[in-house]
Amino acid sequence: MTEPKIQIKHLYKIFGKTPEKVLPLVRDEGMGKDELLEKTNHVLGVNDVSLDIWPKQIQVVMGLSGSGKSTLIRHINRLIEPTGGEVIIDGEDVLAMNQTQLRELRRNKMSMVFQKFALLPHRTIRENVGYGLEIQGVGEDEIARRAQHWIDRVGLTGYEDHYPGHLSGGMQQRVGLARGLATDADILLMDEAFSALDPLIRFDMQSILLELQNELHKTIVFITHDLDEALRLGDNIAILRDGAMVQQGDAQDIVLHPADDYIRDFIKDINRAKVIQLRALAKPLEPGETPPEVPHFPANTRLEDALLPMSQAPGQEVLVDGTDGALLGRASLSDAIRALHE
Amino acid sequence: MWESLTEFPDLGRSTLSTMKKAIDAGFKGFSRTYGEALENFFNPLLHFLVWFEKLLINTPWPIILLVIGALAWLGSRSWKVTGLSVLAFVVIGVFGMWEDTMATLAIISVATFLCILIGIPIGILMARSDRAQTMITPVLDVMQTIPSFVYLIPVVMLLGIGKVPGLIAVLIYAIPPIVRLTNLGIRLVDPDVLEAADAFGASPRQKLLGVQIPLALPNIFAGVNQTIMMSLSMVVIASMIGVRGLGVPVLRAVQNQYLALGMMNGLAIVALAIIFDRISQSYGKRLQAYRGQGRD
Ligand SMILES: Nc1ncnc2c1ncn2[C@@H]1O[C@H](COP(=O)(O)OP(=O)(O)OP(=O)(O)O)[C@@H](O)[C@H]1O
Ligand SMILES: [Mg+2]
Repeated sequence: MTEPKIQIKHLYKIFGKTPEKVLPLVRDEGMGKDELLEKTNHVLGVNDVSLDIWPKQIQVVMGLSGSGKSTLIRHINRLIEPTGGEVIIDGEDVLAMNQTQLRELRRNKMSMVFQKFALLPHRTIRENVGYGLEIQGVGEDEIARRAQHWIDRVGLTGYEDHYPGHLSGGMQQRVGLARGLATDADILLMDEAFSALDPLIRFDMQSILLELQNELHKTIVFITHDLDEALRLGDNIAILRDGAMVQQGDAQDIVLHPADDYIRDFIKDINRAKVIQLRALAKPLEPGETPPEVPHFPANTRLEDALLPMSQAPGQEVLVDGTDGALLGRASLSDAIRALHE
Repeated sequence: MWESLTEFPDLGRSTLSTMKKAIDAGFKGFSRTYGEALENFFNPLLHFLVWFEKLLINTPWPIILLVIGALAWLGSRSWKVTGLSVLAFVVIGVFGMWEDTMATLAIISVATFLCILIGIPIGILMARSDRAQTMITPVLDVMQTIPSFVYLIPVVMLLGIGKVPGLIAVLIYAIPPIVRLTNLGIRLVDPDVLEAADAFGASPRQKLLGVQIPLALPNIFAGVNQTIMMSLSMVVIASMIGVRGLGVPVLRAVQNQYLALGMMNGLAIVALAIIFDRISQSYGKRLQAYRGQGRD
């Protein structure tokens, strides 16, 4: 049984003069963000969020502007101190760490990619990518070698001696990504890392990230307010509103079983055929029934790829195989169409 | 009735005069007790100043011209600035102001060096603590606005007439800009960049030396530039309390109505100011070369 890489437990963050004093109002009396602001002039940033983030997965955190995404992710490396709750990484309590331990954690175990890139303008691309290594105290030759490796990996070969101010936004964020990867940390925190980029460049960056992740298997916490991005990248998706967790699950869970109208509103415009997989439609066969003579498909086949073969199959249905190869059941075209139009 | 409103009800002549006398006597006592200790404390500075002045005066003039040219080139990377700087010194020499100019150069250099040495750490302190900022800012305001003659009095009472009191007078006047601009420069560093440094686990020292100071450097340098300008503008006043240099002939010209002498030495001071300003400004600009064009 694997342990979660990151555990967030009943986390609260309140901004204002005396957060501890007003915490009970939120925690025990259930006061919401608007009421708290009106009555006490404190801003509720994160409200009782609990989240387990599993190793080697991309955990997406979604929500509208002001829903507390940036505040939440900054608790993981404790750039923000919580008002209440716990953050545990690899079994270690981050809030119990002193400044030195915290710096070690930030140097070795995690790195971060920022919405506004936050590159060091006075350093070249090579020096930026090597920044985390320099902070760790790695030797110069090794920094140069490892920085070069990541510069090549993100496709910036030839720009080593340029300054960030001379590059386009997309290229700057490649530098940001390379800087984040260069320290070989297990955890990558990405706060709206691609939100400032044009749609096409953004899609490219997502592809680069997925490609790298296929090989590196990091634990990535990825923040976005864009549902398409969330669905494309996220193994798991958590949705926040007014600082509170509204729903968490994989893409398909959220699309097929939205927890409330807020989420229904979020997902209303997406292409469901890209998200829903045959797994969700499979109906087990009757005991003793012989499987019909129709094509087999893996459970994670998306409807966009399955619809055409289904329409051509005899009886317009297919059989669905689980990841272990066992037969999960049958799925019919009419069920598929219903799932798309729910 | 009317009289009591036009005459402000002050403390009265005798009270005020006893009060002033008491303060003066107190300060005189203080200066008698500690004056010598203070003088000893500043002795190494005096020796350094004398040594540096002699060095400049005794070095053959072609070498000085060469050094000026080299510094101008290193600072500005412009042949025009370099050529004009050297030419200005040649003209100064031809008109017989070489030695005074070297003396002025000596005190300006030492004053600037000390301003940097003292001013930058104070500026850093102000940037790191809001309390330090609220406490130091009014002191800087006073240092810049109080008429120089007023603080010359206690300085001379304590240390007498000479190079060191002159230097201190220059420092008091010239140090505020570098303190202010160091503080400002550090406070203006993009918080996003600082957050990134934090996220990668930079220690306060790594942040200061690797991010804050380098990014504040253009502002700090503007402060150095202003400090140089302000110490040059103190040359005449400093000469009143025994500092050698271009200020001395200016002072003599004022007292005796020597128009030509005053103009010549005055123009030499202006020439020095322009040279330092151009060199340090273009150096400051080059510090920002990474800022790129059009993007940020
Ligand atoms: N330092 C702060 N002081 C006071 N309030 C803050 C502070 N930082 C964040 N907040 C408030 O906390 C709430 C959550 O902010 P946060 O930046 O986490 O939202 P977000 O989901 O990241 O939004 P965006 O999509 O705009 O980045 C907002 O209401 C915000 O105004
Ligand atoms: Mg945000």
